Amino acid sequence: MAVMTYREALNAALREEMVRDPDVFLMGEEVAEYDGAYKVSKGLLEEFGERRVVDSPISELGFAGLGVGAAMAGLRPVIEFMTFNFAFLALDQVINNATKLHYMSDGQFNVPIVFRGPTGAALQLSAQHSQACETYYSHAPGCKVVTPGTPADAKGLLKAAIRDDDPVAFMEGELLYNLKGEVPDDDDFVIPLGVADLKREGSDVSIITHGKMIHVALQAAAKLEKDGIEADVLDLRTIRPLDMDAILATVAKTNRVVYLEEGWPYAGTGAQIVSMIQEEAFDHLDAPIRRVTQADIPMPYARNLENLAKPSAERVVEACNKVLYR
Amino acid sequence: MAQTKTKKRPAKKDVLAALGVGADVALELMRQMLLYRRFEEKAEEAYAIGKIGGFCHLHIGQEGAAAGSIGALRLDDYVISSYRSHTQAIAKGVPPNAVMAELYGRATGASGGKGGSMHIFGADVRFMGGHGIVGAQVPLATGYGWKIKYRSEDSVVVCFIGDAAVNQGAFHESLNMAAVWELPVIYVVEHNEYGMGTAFNRVSTTDMEEKSGPHGIPGVSVDGQDVLATYSLFTKLVADMRGGSGPRFVNLETYRFRGHSMSDPVSGTYRSTEEVERYKKEEDPIRVLKEKLFDAEVLDQAGLQEMDAEARRTAAEAADFAEASPIPGPEALYSNVWAEVNPHGRLFFDGRSRE
Repeated sequence: MAVMTYREALNAALREEMVRDPDVFLMGEEVAEYDGAYKVSKGLLEEFGERRVVDSPISELGFAGLGVGAAMAGLRPVIEFMTFNFAFLALDQVINNATKLHYMSDGQFNVPIVFRGPTGAALQLSAQHSQACETYYSHAPGCKVVTPGTPADAKGLLKAAIRDDDPVAFMEGELLYNLKGEVPDDDDFVIPLGVADLKREGSDVSIITHGKMIHVALQAAAKLEKDGIEADVLDLRTIRPLDMDAILATVAKTNRVVYLEEGWPYAGTGAQIVSMIQEEAFDHLDAPIRRVTQADIPMPYARNLENLAKPSAERVVEACNKVLYR
Repeated sequence: MAQTKTKKRPAKKDVLAALGVGADVALELMRQMLLYRRFEEKAEEAYAIGKIGGFCHLHIGQEGAAAGSIGALRLDDYVISSYRSHTQAIAKGVPPNAVMAELYGRATGASGGKGGSMHIFGADVRFMGGHGIVGAQVPLATGYGWKIKYRSEDSVVVCFIGDAAVNQGAFHESLNMAAVWELPVIYVVEHNEYGMGTAFNRVSTTDMEEKSGPHGIPGVSVDGQDVLATYSLFTKLVADMRGGSGPRFVNLETYRFRGHSMSDPVSGTYRSTEEVERYKKEEDPIRVLKEKLFDAEVLDQAGLQEMDAEARRTAAEAADFAEASPIPGPEALYSNVWAEVNPHGRLFFDGRSRE
């Protein structure tokens, strides 16, 4: 095991996959000479050259679509969005082309492409730069959605995403890039898509979450522990495919569920999961499921307002207490 | 058309020589155009009696544009187009039977009945699809060009769009990237004067030929109703491109003899009946070529009739094939949504059985 940052883990995954497969290339804004807006691609230009590490113009629709075409024709592009906030410009290429070409052509073409970059809020970047975008992608059949919250998950899941034969939206956290953690050294360390991870074990209440919210969930679990409450913290890691077995297992264990996500509540990931739990594990529930999300507003700039808008450990504790009838 | 046609004909037999197109090629182009015309007429007929559903955009009037351009390509070249692409699919090598069966929504269709008129695909002949969002196929074409360059191959890409698509961001973003990276893509506007019912000059203050210039890509106009001129131009462009010319832009001037789709009138609102009739009389690509071939004495009326009978037979056979083909089985509903079904986790959320 090596200790590395989330950023270094992503970098290692990219490098290893580019070494392994000559069809893998990285394209995006500032990925080459600038080493990436968040330095995820540091050193890759030097190692692989400008044929495989490519600075694009600021044309999100254009280079996302170029990637889809290159993938249709047999390459395995990794398209970096400086942030998924900018990827709305490219959403037509992702939804109308990448996710549908396999079906519309009845399997004649597939689109093995990874769209990656940070999603969600950082610090005081206000409304247009602080959006959690998972559900725009998970809504569409044909698109896999991956949201790693730790360095090890970042590495293992990015390698799996690059090797996957379908389009994958790989959503990172801007505030996670400096996070350190242990990462297996193995060049072939791949975490299969669709396998959730229990980040903490407890039997009183389940906090189900994904992406960088696992850290908020763990903070909440630590606070609850002081009150003698033990929380299961289930990190979905991938939204599609979704590890429903792990969800049902934690529900059966604790009978009380809080879903925590960074995005908005309306038709959020939690809404989908709550719906499935009530359909498939209704008899296991001892309380209505609660959701903790961003406030249902565009993200404000002022620090105090931003803090009020974001999901917090305190609000998760409060939700856990409600489902525990405390 | 930008230029008015002169009625003065060149001397006999010099017509083909002047264009550098052999008689065998010219006759094949005629065969192709007749097939496209009769195929589309058959589709029109089938649509009218409810055999074909959804939107159906016919290429009647634009046969020269398809035959002359795609006729100059190799099998390993890529073609991608919009939703008006039945004839282009056939031109690239998708069998007429498979195209018609797709229009009928049959399992034997080019896309297994899942795409329909707007989404014909032929991976084996590198026909990369009919695409339904105006201009959204242009970045894909640019991606094929990227792949060709990435792998140091010598194929080329021909990307067809309609005239309305040049006002899309996807078009300009793509041309810019193709120019920056010198990608082997010929961006071809089939300029049939109208984006649905909106005349091009109502939504653009610059001429079509100028659209690529600001991106550093040379543009050229050609009369798409003249299949020989079109073929001749594309033969040259493709040869240049294999030699490393970089991207090119073609304003392929043509005209659609039918409505935008089967649900639209041919004329009466945005264009006059007189205009359509004039084009049909003077600018029919089949008639234009017929006159040249008769003049050059490589084809006569009997030969033409024989060719036309064959085209009608092929179109009728395609309709018979489609009619006799099975509809897709219910198992097709959930197939090919995902290229890779991961062993872990759930991918479908509708709670329905997929057996």
